[in-house]
Amino acid sequence: MSEGSVWVLVERQDQKVSDVAFEVLGLGRGVAQALGEPLTAIVWGRQDRDLVMELSIADEVLFMDHPALHQPTPYTCAQALEPLLRQREPELMLVGLTNVTWGIGPYLAARLQWPYINFCCGLRVEDGQVLATAVLYGGKMEAEVRVPGRPTLVGVMPGALPAAREKRDRAPRVEEISPSLLEGQPMVEFRRVIQPETTDIDITAQEVLVAVGRGIQSQENLPMAEELARLLGGAVAASRPVVDQGWLPLTRQVGRSGAIVKPRLYLALGISGAPEHVEGMRNAQVIVAVNTDPRAPIFNIARYGVVADALDFMSAFAEAVQHRKQLA
Amino acid sequence: MNTLVVLRMVPDVVEELVVDASGKALDSQWLRFILNESDEHALEEALLLKEQLGGVVTAAALDAPEVDDALFTAAAKGADRVMKVARPPDGAGAWAQAAIFARLASLSGYDLILTGVQASDELDGSLAPMLAAQMQWPYAGPVVAVRAEPAAREVIVECEVGGGARSEFRAPLPCVLGIQAAEKPPRYVAVSRLRQVMRTTQIAEVDASAEVPAPWVTVSTLRQPEVSARAEMLEGSLEEIAEQLATILAQRGIL
Repeated sequence: MSEGSVWVLVERQDQKVSDVAFEVLGLGRGVAQALGEPLTAIVWGRQDRDLVMELSIADEVLFMDHPALHQPTPYTCAQALEPLLRQREPELMLVGLTNVTWGIGPYLAARLQWPYINFCCGLRVEDGQVLATAVLYGGKMEAEVRVPGRPTLVGVMPGALPAAREKRDRAPRVEEISPSLLEGQPMVEFRRVIQPETTDIDITAQEVLVAVGRGIQSQENLPMAEELARLLGGAVAASRPVVDQGWLPLTRQVGRSGAIVKPRLYLALGISGAPEHVEGMRNAQVIVAVNTDPRAPIFNIARYGVVADALDFMSAFAEAVQHRKQLA
Repeated sequence: MNTLVVLRMVPDVVEELVVDASGKALDSQWLRFILNESDEHALEEALLLKEQLGGVVTAAALDAPEVDDALFTAAAKGADRVMKVARPPDGAGAWAQAAIFARLASLSGYDLILTGVQASDELDGSLAPMLAAQMQWPYAGPVVAVRAEPAAREVIVECEVGGGARSEFRAPLPCVLGIQAAEKPPRYVAVSRLRQVMRTTQIAEVDASAEVPAPWVTVSTLRQPEVSARAEMLEGSLEEIAEQLATILAQRGIL
């Protein structure tokens, strides 16, 4: 029997609420209000009084406390959530699509045989019906979806919504739950966190980033980007495919798995603008995008756009910059 | 190690995507399909494990345009068996694929199932964790490194966390891993090798019919994203555009 509430899974990073969790909480608050239902924040790990006040946008905070959940172990979290969801059946449960929580929603949906909506970037309620908007095909299409029934699990795209950090005067009700069904099940055990090597430059500290994507075509073309970055007084960064090819180290990757950067200038060369990349650079002061595809999603967030081959553009732009510097 | 790699063909998003007359799906007439990028990395990771530990790698994919090429390429790279699995008539979202590949996997004694951590067309779920749930096996992802300890019946995996950091986990075998990236770039296959494999390799055709739940999630409208703002497009020859941009950046004090 559904308890008639909207739940949000809150991810903790270094014992703090993640930015994405605030975005999802904001979305949850809006839907809960439209449905006239309470909003519940569900947190894994130890109970924390400060955290409760941070989450006062919610009507209720549930802490799932178990020694196996004191570290970010998503599979274990899903195992712990399953009996709780089965018992309480919230109408909707929203989960941010971060690297840590990505698999939790689909895993639970398949275990519970509940519907799941992926890549959600918006929810609204019309005549009591919940409607979702989802981003597909690397950000090139949007699908409108009727939330098929309740309970339903929803994976929410980070960066698509404002973070709701407002606090309310009233402290939420707090409940602590000790998951007991973890014993006897195969566990995925957390071992350690591996921090990235710090011998490379810090791209988060750069004022200008020349970011290269698939449009750079081959590793042999990287020196062109490096030369342009040098002329502009910045450094070369990259989207995922360039790093996966081993052309640049992970320390240069921008996006969900890499760095979040806010340079004064972000020159995106041959980068399509997949949502995972946009998460890492959308707050740059000036974004200039160069892509051969006029419909590339990167043009939806860039300030200036150029439809051109990245290599041809680099050559022409380096010359223009050099010329201007000589005149100065 | 007996490893199953699930491969998926997805629309190439570099191409222009056109919505069909129903307004609810892509027009397949204009679609070009490619192997899902993270699935290609899943295959590479499976081949790297095989090189270290031996064993058998099976690559399986639902029937789809261009899938034979993808399966022959997998065989040319080193997959021992390649399988084309019958596609259900009502389409194949993540739910359906999880049910079908769980059925397929239950017919053989796999130690490990690898597939890409995501695909850009997964609206109703995500294959890797759903497959794990169907199999009642543990799941880890997004995985970027795998070290297998077959004697201990476990794998040590590194998963991306964000900001370049990784978390290391120990997962018991059998398990499902959602691969983000292999430890090495996917290997290249020479055309001559591919041609040879196409002559000598048989793609097994398999029907792993499974009870697939009716699609819960249905699209009412598919469209290009509504955007509140779009870039100011710079026009002209490349030299003129470069000059315009240099001027703009100089005015903003960046150059």
